[in-house]
Amino acid sequence: MSVSVFEARGVTKVYDMGEVQVHALRGVDMDVYAGELMVLLGPSGSGKSTLLNILGGLDTASGGSVRYGDLDLTRASDKQLTQYRRHHVGFVFQFYNLIPSLTAKENVAAVTEIAREPMRPEEALELVGLKDRMHHFPSQLSGGQQQRVAIARAIAKRPSVLLCDEPTGALDWETGVVVLEAIETVNRELGTATAVITHNADIARMAGRVVHMSNGNVSSVEVNADRRSPKEIHW
Amino acid sequence: MRALDIKLFRDLWGMKGQAFAIAMVIAGGTATYILASSTLDSLTTTQATLYREDLFADVFSSLKRAPESVRSRIAEITGVQSVETRIAVPATIDLPSYDQPVSALVLSLPDNGPAVLNRLRLRSGRMPEDGREREAVISDGFALAHKLRPGAALTATIYGRRQTLHITGIVASTEFIYQLQPGSIIPDFKGYAILWMNEDPVETAYNMTGAFNQVAVRLDRGAVEKDVILRMDEILQPYGGLGAYGRPDQVSHKYLSEEFKQLTTMATIFPAIFLSVGAFLLNVVCSRLMATQRGQIAILKAFGYTTPAIAVHFLKLTLIIVVIGNLIGIAAGAWMGRGMSNMYMEFYRFPKLEYVLRGHVVVVSVVINAIAASIGTVYAVIRAASESPAQAMQPQAPGNFRMTILERLGAARHLSQPTRMILRNLERRPLKALLSIIGVALSGAILVMGGFWGDAVDYMLTFQFKQAQRDDLMVVFNDAVSPRALGSLTGIPGVTYAEPFRSVAVRLRVGHKTYRTSIQGLEDGGQLRRLLNTSGDVVSLPEHGLLLTDYLARILHVRPGDMVQVEVMEGRRGVYPVPLAAVASEYIGVSAYMRRDALNRLLREGGSMSGAYLAADMTEDQRIFARLKEMPMVAATTSRRRLLESFYETMARQMLTFAFFNTILAATIAVGVIYNTARIAFSERSRELASLRVLGYTRGEISYILLGELAVIVFLAIPLGCWLGWQLCKLAAGTPNDLFRIPMVIEPGTYAFSALMVLGAATLSGLMVRRKLDHLDLVEVLKTRE
Repeated sequence: MSVSVFEARGVTKVYDMGEVQVHALRGVDMDVYAGELMVLLGPSGSGKSTLLNILGGLDTASGGSVRYGDLDLTRASDKQLTQYRRHHVGFVFQFYNLIPSLTAKENVAAVTEIAREPMRPEEALELVGLKDRMHHFPSQLSGGQQQRVAIARAIAKRPSVLLCDEPTGALDWETGVVVLEAIETVNRELGTATAVITHNADIARMAGRVVHMSNGNVSSVEVNADRRSPKEIHW
Repeated sequence: MRALDIKLFRDLWGMKGQAFAIAMVIAGGTATYILASSTLDSLTTTQATLYREDLFADVFSSLKRAPESVRSRIAEITGVQSVETRIAVPATIDLPSYDQPVSALVLSLPDNGPAVLNRLRLRSGRMPEDGREREAVISDGFALAHKLRPGAALTATIYGRRQTLHITGIVASTEFIYQLQPGSIIPDFKGYAILWMNEDPVETAYNMTGAFNQVAVRLDRGAVEKDVILRMDEILQPYGGLGAYGRPDQVSHKYLSEEFKQLTTMATIFPAIFLSVGAFLLNVVCSRLMATQRGQIAILKAFGYTTPAIAVHFLKLTLIIVVIGNLIGIAAGAWMGRGMSNMYMEFYRFPKLEYVLRGHVVVVSVVINAIAASIGTVYAVIRAASESPAQAMQPQAPGNFRMTILERLGAARHLSQPTRMILRNLERRPLKALLSIIGVALSGAILVMGGFWGDAVDYMLTFQFKQAQRDDLMVVFNDAVSPRALGSLTGIPGVTYAEPFRSVAVRLRVGHKTYRTSIQGLEDGGQLRRLLNTSGDVVSLPEHGLLLTDYLARILHVRPGDMVQVEVMEGRRGVYPVPLAAVASEYIGVSAYMRRDALNRLLREGGSMSGAYLAADMTEDQRIFARLKEMPMVAATTSRRRLLESFYETMARQMLTFAFFNTILAATIAVGVIYNTARIAFSERSRELASLRVLGYTRGEISYILLGELAVIVFLAIPLGCWLGWQLCKLAAGTPNDLFRIPMVIEPGTYAFSALMVLGAATLSGLMVRRKLDHLDLVEVLKTRE
């Protein structure tokens, strides 16, 4: 096995909702390895989004540890987390969250301007097949195209890890496939460790490793010997 | 309670900060309106009550001397209800505690029983007892200014006779709410006193036994004042009548009503501005608030609620805020209004206060605010409800953006992405940006208006009392005398220079327009009293003809070259046509001028003078005053320094107090407007900003995007606010009146103050929003669908 990008050990997350406590994560142990494409699979409420948010530095764990290199994300300050997000991690959401006032290229540039050794925005857009659309504003792009801009924006900083939360959740099958292909391309060509959250078991077939989650815990991990390209997947 | 109503209260609670800010803006506007209207209503009501209760006369006249029998002839004039006659004698007073000269008017009290007209209100002590020759009651204004109480004694020189008088009481008179020396343009409570004494001693002192020199009448309802005045003038003419006049020319009443007029302007303009700024803001805020409720509106529609039902639901939300704002505003306005009315009552020494808060004032304020809020709300709800529920429940499609003009011109190639976001956001919805700019600019403008009054008053006083009038002392004689008397003035040690003047009471007439004033005959090339034009240059007196202030020329509708009929009201009376030769500028009072020699010729008299302007070494003032007091021909002495003080104590204080209250309320509104602008921008943009945080932008960097937009708005708003402020001041300065014309002068400091306040409010709001940015919940914001 190759090197771990993340090492999560005994991660717990408790949400205090007034009188009730919700245990979203109940001691998760998990690794993400360099260059792999993994899928976190589980029903809604299983804790996969919470885990991804903690890995991405958007949220902090209540207990346990999450190591990213020398950095312990559970003990990092807000400033450290900002720097971490800025230079090491790329995010893709279900609802693309593009900046509507910036064109595709400028949305990517918004990241490359603050990153250390970014690729050029054009390069990133080419990687997701949108070079000819780079001067379009989000309102002039389809949902799938917007999501691919979001992917380009996420990987333009050359992150060590790309985290995608239900990236095809708001898309139909055809466009969903194109988006997944973009993710796969990035993973393959840049070697970026990629974690994709989904509740769709079919999508898991493109992953090298599938982590099943349920009820705030990792229930099983399977290595996928028979990886399929997104085009071959139907749902 | 219905579920929807519960939702309503929860929503309201959820946005309590913003709701409170909006309520405060409404409260600010409402409070100003209530404050101004109720103060004015209270003052005018109280004034009317006092006039009625004290039997304030309708027509007045002074004359040289008439036998008491003339009284019944006046009483017989059709329309005259009652007549009162009396004797008025000028006097000077010595107060051990006050080193400045004090002039006085001594009036006789009716011999038999209480006065039929112009009744006095005894504030303390008692009236002089019958037969007591040395007892007097004094005007409350003077008593208050010198802290005199019944039992005190003062030395008075009445018609050259020095005597000690015992003050038995302090009285208030509707005739002397304002005390002005004859010929003076500024009320002076310290330097001018009114005394009332029994008729006998006054008759004796002034050689007036069985005669009178002042008369006042009260008219029947429906009587024609003009006819009565005409008839009285006919009767009194052989007795040296100086021309009868109605209340509008009665000095105290005139000053009071001019001042109320000024207050009315302020009480109309200020609240109108405040209410409209408040209403404007309310409208904008409500419509934006509704825009953020898009998803909820869709869900309600999906449940089967009709658009009107949804509109009503959200109307309840905004109207609750309106009601809360109004309640705070009405309570604060009534409280401040009562305080302010009390202050005015004290100032005018009205013996009682009738605080009036009219129902319609409250209703108007509530209705204006409610309409503004409703329009904003309903408009936004209808717009949101026009989308199909299914579509509205989807995430909102990204807005349409394009390159800004700057970028298309290629000028902005090197702008960072955040800067582009700022520019494009502003340019994408120019109307919204414009409304925000106008909102902030208006709050700056009302702040300019607050400082304007101080600037205008300072300019007015500098112009009048430093540039135009440069004398240290003005001496007025009992009668016109030969200029040889000047020698006795310049002979006083400490007096360095004297300039004679002649003053004569006239009625100016052009066509149907008349104006009672006096013509001041000044020395050609005089140094102590100069006439200036608006730019402050000296206007030389024409060799022949009349010079009027531009204000008076406008009242009479005359231009240089036109003829003015001058009706001389004293001495050898007569009507003379005199050409208007020039106009000059004056901000205070309404005067007419001629060269003294020309005036002497007009009056067919040798070179005579009514008084003199003196330049003096004022460190010697005590000795100068002492010498002047010894001169029987001197009726009054006024010092310029004292006039200035007096102006600040009287009129300036009124205006500045009003302006002060308004500045505070303006500041409240400014903060409210800017905070809301920032807060709404935050709501609208939180998703975008959260995305950037996820991408690794620091708090500072995302603050730049939001606060940068606010900064652009504020920086554009400041100059606009200054310009709007100038326009508002022009509006608020109002129409010129006889008391003073407010000059349009705004000092740079006032603009700077307004700009600083706006910047301060912006910084404060920025910090508050910045705190919100720091607590932005990234996960929550990005997961929700808008």
